[in-house]
Amino acid sequence: MTTDISPAAPSATPPPSAEAEPDREPNLLQDILSGSWLVSVLAIVVALLLGGVLIAVSNAEVVAAAANIVAAPGMFFSTLFSTVGEAYSALFRGAIFDWDARTTERAIRPLTESLVSGTPLILTGLGIALAFRSGLFNIGGQGQVILGATIAGFLGYALHLPPVVHMLIAAIGGIIGGAIWAGIAGVLKARTGANEVIVTIMLNSIAGYLLGYLLKQSWFTHTDSANPQSRSLDDSAQMFLLLPSPFRLHFGFIIAILATIFVWWLLERSTIGFEFKAVGANPHAARTAGISVSKVTILVMIVAGALAGLGGAAQVLGTEYKLTGGISGSIGFDAITVALLGRSKPLGTFFAGLLFGAFKAGGYLMQSQTGTPIDIVLVVQSVIVLLIAAPPLVRSIFRLPTPVLKRKEA
Amino acid sequence: MTKVFGSFVANDHIDLTIEPGEIHALLGENGAGKSTMMNVLYGLYDADGGEILLDDKPVTFAGPGDAVAAGIGMVHQHFMLVPVFTVAESVALGYEPTKSMGLIDLAEARKKVREISARFNFNIDPDALIEDLPVGAQQRVEIIKALSRNAKILILDEPTAVLTPQETDELISIMRQLKEQGTSIVFITHKLREVRAIADSITVIRRGKITGVASPDSTEAELASQMVGRHVSLTTEKDDADPGDATFQVRSLTVVDKAENVVVDDVSFDVRRGEILAVAGVQGNGQTELAETIIGLTDPRLGSITLDGKDLVGKSVKDRLGSGIGFVPEDRSTDGIIADFTIRENMILDVYDRPPYAKGLNLKSAVINDEAKKKVEEFDIRLGSVVDPIATLSGGNQQKVVLSRELGRDLRLFIASQPTRGLDVGSIEFVHKRVIAERDAGTPCLIVSTELDEVYGLADRIAVMYSGRIVGIVGADTSREALGLMMAGVPADEALAATAAPEKSDAATAAPDDNCATTSAEETK
Amino acid sequence: MSAQNTAAATPAAKSSAQSKALTPIAWKFPITYSILALVSLICFGLIGRDGETTFRIATGGDFFAIPDVVVSSTVAGLVLSLILVILAAASIYLALKRITLAGWFPMVFGILFVVSFLAWAGGGSGGVIPLTTLLAGALALSVPLIFGAMCGLVGERSGIINIAIEGQLLAGAFLAAVVASVAKNPYAGLLAAPIAGALVAVVLTFFAVKYWVNQIIIGVVLNVLVVGVTSFLYSTVLTENPGLWNSRQQLPNLPVPLLSDIPILGRVLFDQNILVYIMYVVVIALQIFVFRSKWGLRMRAVGEHPKAADTVGIKVNFTRVRNTLMAGAIAGLGGAFFTVGSGLAFGKEMSAGQGYIALAAMILGKWNPKGALLAALLFGFSKSLGNTLQSIGTPVANELLLMLPYIVTVLAVAGFVGRVRPPAAEGVPYVK
Repeated sequence: MTTDISPAAPSATPPPSAEAEPDREPNLLQDILSGSWLVSVLAIVVALLLGGVLIAVSNAEVVAAAANIVAAPGMFFSTLFSTVGEAYSALFRGAIFDWDARTTERAIRPLTESLVSGTPLILTGLGIALAFRSGLFNIGGQGQVILGATIAGFLGYALHLPPVVHMLIAAIGGIIGGAIWAGIAGVLKARTGANEVIVTIMLNSIAGYLLGYLLKQSWFTHTDSANPQSRSLDDSAQMFLLLPSPFRLHFGFIIAILATIFVWWLLERSTIGFEFKAVGANPHAARTAGISVSKVTILVMIVAGALAGLGGAAQVLGTEYKLTGGISGSIGFDAITVALLGRSKPLGTFFAGLLFGAFKAGGYLMQSQTGTPIDIVLVVQSVIVLLIAAPPLVRSIFRLPTPVLKRKEA
Repeated sequence: MTKVFGSFVANDHIDLTIEPGEIHALLGENGAGKSTMMNVLYGLYDADGGEILLDDKPVTFAGPGDAVAAGIGMVHQHFMLVPVFTVAESVALGYEPTKSMGLIDLAEARKKVREISARFNFNIDPDALIEDLPVGAQQRVEIIKALSRNAKILILDEPTAVLTPQETDELISIMRQLKEQGTSIVFITHKLREVRAIADSITVIRRGKITGVASPDSTEAELASQMVGRHVSLTTEKDDADPGDATFQVRSLTVVDKAENVVVDDVSFDVRRGEILAVAGVQGNGQTELAETIIGLTDPRLGSITLDGKDLVGKSVKDRLGSGIGFVPEDRSTDGIIADFTIRENMILDVYDRPPYAKGLNLKSAVINDEAKKKVEEFDIRLGSVVDPIATLSGGNQQKVVLSRELGRDLRLFIASQPTRGLDVGSIEFVHKRVIAERDAGTPCLIVSTELDEVYGLADRIAVMYSGRIVGIVGADTSREALGLMMAGVPADEALAATAAPEKSDAATAAPDDNCATTSAEETK
Repeated sequence: MSAQNTAAATPAAKSSAQSKALTPIAWKFPITYSILALVSLICFGLIGRDGETTFRIATGGDFFAIPDVVVSSTVAGLVLSLILVILAAASIYLALKRITLAGWFPMVFGILFVVSFLAWAGGGSGGVIPLTTLLAGALALSVPLIFGAMCGLVGERSGIINIAIEGQLLAGAFLAAVVASVAKNPYAGLLAAPIAGALVAVVLTFFAVKYWVNQIIIGVVLNVLVVGVTSFLYSTVLTENPGLWNSRQQLPNLPVPLLSDIPILGRVLFDQNILVYIMYVVVIALQIFVFRSKWGLRMRAVGEHPKAADTVGIKVNFTRVRNTLMAGAIAGLGGAFFTVGSGLAFGKEMSAGQGYIALAAMILGKWNPKGALLAALLFGFSKSLGNTLQSIGTPVANELLLMLPYIVTVLAVAGFVGRVRPPAAEGVPYVK
C-alpha cells in the first residue's frame, strides 16, 4: 500500500514514487524483503516505547525516583522498568495468555476475548480497507456500524424466528443497514461529486442521533423502560458461541474469517475487484478501459457499508445482545486505524484487527490490575498508524536504507 | 546580452543568444526541450551545467524571484493565474503594494493594471475574475504581470497553444507592440506560421539540441524539415494496401469542449478494411479529441460514428470496446496503463471481464498468467516477471504491453494516438510492424500522429487536421512540404500546387530585424 | 481589436451558448420555502396546540424591565404561518421573474419559521420559552465551533485539510484547564491553549508537508491520539490530584458598559468573558485579512494554485506550515472555552465531536469567515433550541433537532444549497 490514497483529489499529484511499495501479490516473503512488514513491526515497537514513556511520566513513583536520579540511578531505572513492565505484562496477560490465572480456562480466555474484540474491528476494517483500495475515504464506518447494529438488533427482538434463521436474517438486516448508509455517500459522490469524507463524517453523527431517537421510542425498543435501550434479543437471534461458557467467542468470528476470504477474493480474484482497484489506482485509465467510474463508486460504498454493517451486527448479535446508545463504541474509528495498519489488504486488515482487538481486551486487564488507563491503547494505536503512513520517518529513526525500486523509467 | 547554456538532461549544450528588442522564436516539437530550458532560465529548475549571462555578466537565479528581479518575465504554457482572483490581485501577487497592517493597496494595484492595459490597448478590467476571462484575456493578464515587474525579456511558452486563430492574431500584434517599446521576447512554439509572421530570428531545437538557426524568410517547408528532422527515415517494410469495404465511417462529427470551443469541427472520413488512415497535424488541432470521441470518452455535439453499419454515438466505452475497437490512448501513463498494477493486470485492463480471462465474476488467474507470458514472448517485452508493477518497465516496454492488450483480440477497428511517442528507435520499428500486420489482417486502422516520419511510415492515406477541421485527405506519396503547408492550414489543392512549383512569396509578413539589433544598447540598461 | 476576444468561439458553440443563456428557473428555494410555509401553516397553525406560550425576555437585574410576551399558541402559529405563506409566494413570483432573492430573505424566513415553531412547541404545556437563555446558550455553544471553523478555514485556504480540529479543540481545553489550575489563574490557561492547538498542527504539518502523508488520514489519527493522550493523563495525573491539576477556573465576565444594557442581545453579546470578545476580533480580523491583506492573498494563492505562487517567489510550504500553526492556535483558543471559558474542569473527550461540526460550519460557510460564523451560529442555535425544548418538555425529539446541522451540511456538499467550492489545491502536497 502506498502512503498516499488520494481520492479526495483525483487530479492529485502522483504519490511520492520513491515510497511506492509494490502492492501486488500477497507474497509474504517479498513483502518482508521489501521492508513494508519490517516498517510495520518497527512502528509498533516505537509506539509501545512512546506509550511506555507516557506511562512512566504519569506515574508518581517514577517521577519521584527521577527527581532522585543522581543519588540513586538504579532506583530510578528499576522503578521505571517495573512500572512500564507491569503495565505491558498486564496488557499481554489480558490479551493473549494469563499465566497468573488459576485455571487453564482462565489462562487462555484472554486470547478468545481478543478475538471477540477483534471481530467487529476486522469486519468494519475490511469495509474501510476495501474503500481505500478503490480510492474512496470511508470515514463513515461509525455510522455504518450503528445502522447495521440498529437494524440487526431490531430484527433480533422484533421478529421471532427459528434459531440460525433468525440470526442470519438479523445479520442480513445489518448488512443492508450499513450498505444503505454508505450507499448514500456513494450516490452523492457519484452523482454530485460530494466529497465522501465530509458526507460520511456527517452521516456518522446523523446515525448516532437517529439511534438515540429510536431508543426513546417504545415501538422501537419493545420495552417500557425509561432507559434509552432496547429489549434483549431473542436467543434465536444471538450468534451462537463457539466455545462453552465462560468463553464468549461467537460465530461472528467465523463470519469475520469468511468476510476476509470474501474480500480477498473480491479484490484479487474477481472482475468487480479489478474494476474497484482500477478506479482507485487510476480513474482516467479505468474510464478509458470502459469501466464506469460512477457505478464503481456507488458499488464500492455499498459493499464497504455492508461489511461495516455486518461488523455492527456482529457486535449486537454476538456480544451485546441488546441495543444501547453506545452500541458502536469507537469501532468505526478504530477500524480506520485497523485498515491503515493492515495496509488496506484483507489479510493485513485481519491481523491488524486482531492486534487492536488484543489491545482492547488487554487494556481492560491492564487498567484493572495496574491502574494504567486503557486510553494508553489509543495513543499506541494512533502512533502506530501515523508511523506506518510515513515509512521514511521510521526508516530514518532506525537508520534503515531506503529501498531501491527497480524502476527503469518513471 | 548573452545567455549561454551547457549540458543538462533535457537540453544538451544549448547556446542561445537573445538580442535586445528582438523577437526570438524557439522552434521545436513537443518534448524537444524548449520549455525545460526556459524554466531553467526563469529559475524554476536548476541547470546542471552551463551559465546564464545577462549583459555579459554571469547571473544565478535561486528562484523565480531572482529572475524577475533581473528583468525576466515568463508567460507559462499553463497560466500561472489563480482562477478565483481578480485581475488586480493576480498582478499584485508576490509584489503586493501595501498600506498599513499588511492590507493590500488595491487602488494602486488596479491603477497599475489600467496603466499597462491602456498602454497596449489590452482592454482588461482589473476587477474581473480570472476564471471569467477567455484564455486570450488571461494571457494578456500574464503579460501585464510580467510587464508590471519591468520585464525586459519576456518568455512566452507556447502562447498560442490555447488560443483560437483570432486570439493568436491579437497576440502577434501585441508582441509587435512590445517589441516596439523595447522588450525582448522569446517565443517558444512549434507552429510554423506564427514563427514566420513575427520572429526576427529563429532557433530550431530537436531532441534537446539546436538543429539550426533559420531566418523568418525560410519557407514553412524548410522550417518544418528542420524541426521534424530529415535524418533516419524510419521506413518500415510494407506491401501496398489492399483496401476492402469502408466499414468505419465518421460523418459531420462536431465536438465542443467544456469551454464551448469547437475542437472537432464537422469532420467526415472513412477508413476501409485493410488500410491505415493516418491523421497528421500539429498537436492541439483536434486529433486527440477526435480519437477520444470515437472511443466514447467524449460525446459529440453533432454527427455520427458508424462501425460495421452500427452507430456508436451514445454507446458506452465498454460497448464500443465490445464491438471490436482496439484503442491505444495518446497519454500512456494517464490513460493507457495503471502504474501500480502488475504487468499482467495491465494486459487485461479492458478485457478483464471477458472470456477467457473471466468466467462469471471470477478472474481466471492461471489463464491471465499464461496469456501474459505468451504476449511477453510475442511482443518481445523485456521484463522481470509479469507480476511486477508495470511502472518498473521502460516506456517502450510499457507501450508494448498496451499494444499487446489492444491487438491481442479480434478487432473491427484499431485506433492509436501517438503510438510511438517517447519510444526508442527499436521500439518504434516494432510498433510499426505490429500495426501494419494488423492492417494486413484486414482491420481498418486509424493512427493519430504528430510525427511526420511515423505518418509516412504507416499511412496508406493521410488526413491532415488543422484547427479542428480536416484540411484534406491525401495519398501517402504527398511530399513533406505539401503536408507541412496543410498542417499550417493551407487547403490540400493549394498546398500541392504550391509545392509542385516552389515559390516563397507568401513569407511577406516577416518583420525586418536588423534595426532592432543595432538600437539595443540603451535598452539593456 | 481586443474586443474580438469574446467573439472567439465559433458559430456552433455560440448557438449552443445562446440556448443556455436563458438560465433555468431556480425552483429549489421557492419549493423549499413553500414546503416550510405549509408545514408551519398546517402543523403550527391549523392543527396547532391549545394553550399559551410565554416568551420570557427579561432575566433578573435587567436595566429595562420587559414583561413576558404571552401569545396564544394557535393564533401566533396562524399569523406567522400566513406571513410565511406570503413570503413563499413572493419567492415563487421572483423565481419566475428570474430575480435572485436578497440575502436577508432566508434569514427573515428562518426566524419567522423558528418563532412560529416555538409558539407551537411552547403551547399545550403552557411552556415558558426563555429567549435570553436560548440565545445565550446558542452563542456559548457556538464559540468553540466558530474558533474551530476559523482554524479549518485558514488551514484549508492555505491548502492543508485539517480534520484534526477536533483534536486541537480537545488539546486546547486540556492544556488551558491544567495550566489555569496550576497557576490558579484562568488567564494563564488562555495563554496555554493556543500552544496546545498549534502543537497538534505541528504534527499535522510535519507529516503532511514533510512526508506527504494523506492529510485526511493524519487528521483522523491525530484526533484519536489527542483523545488518547488527554484521557490517559486525565485518568492518571489529573484525577490523582484534581486540586492541583484540574481545579475549576473561570474567566470572569467583562460586561461592556452601555452595550451590555441593551435588552436581550446586549446581555447575550456583550456580557461575556474575554474569550468571546477575542472570538469577535478573530472573525472580524480574518474577514478583513483573508481577502484584503498581503498575507491573505498569498495564503489563498498557495491554497488555490501553489505553482503560480511559487513562480512569483512565494515559499509555498513555509506559508502553509506557518498558517496551519496559526490556525491551530486559534482552534486551541476555542478549546479553552470548554474549560476556563465555561468554568469547568477538564473531562474526558469533552470536545464531543464539536470539531467535526466546526468543519461542517466551515464548509457550509463556503470557507468564508462570515459564512462560517453564521453557519456555526446556526448549529449552536439548533443545539441550544434542542436543550431548551428538552427542558420545557415538547413533542419534538431533541435528537431530530440535533441532527439538522449535519443534514444541512450533507445537502450543502451535495450542491443543494448553492455551489460549494473548496480551495483547489487543498490536500495536495506541493512538490516542486
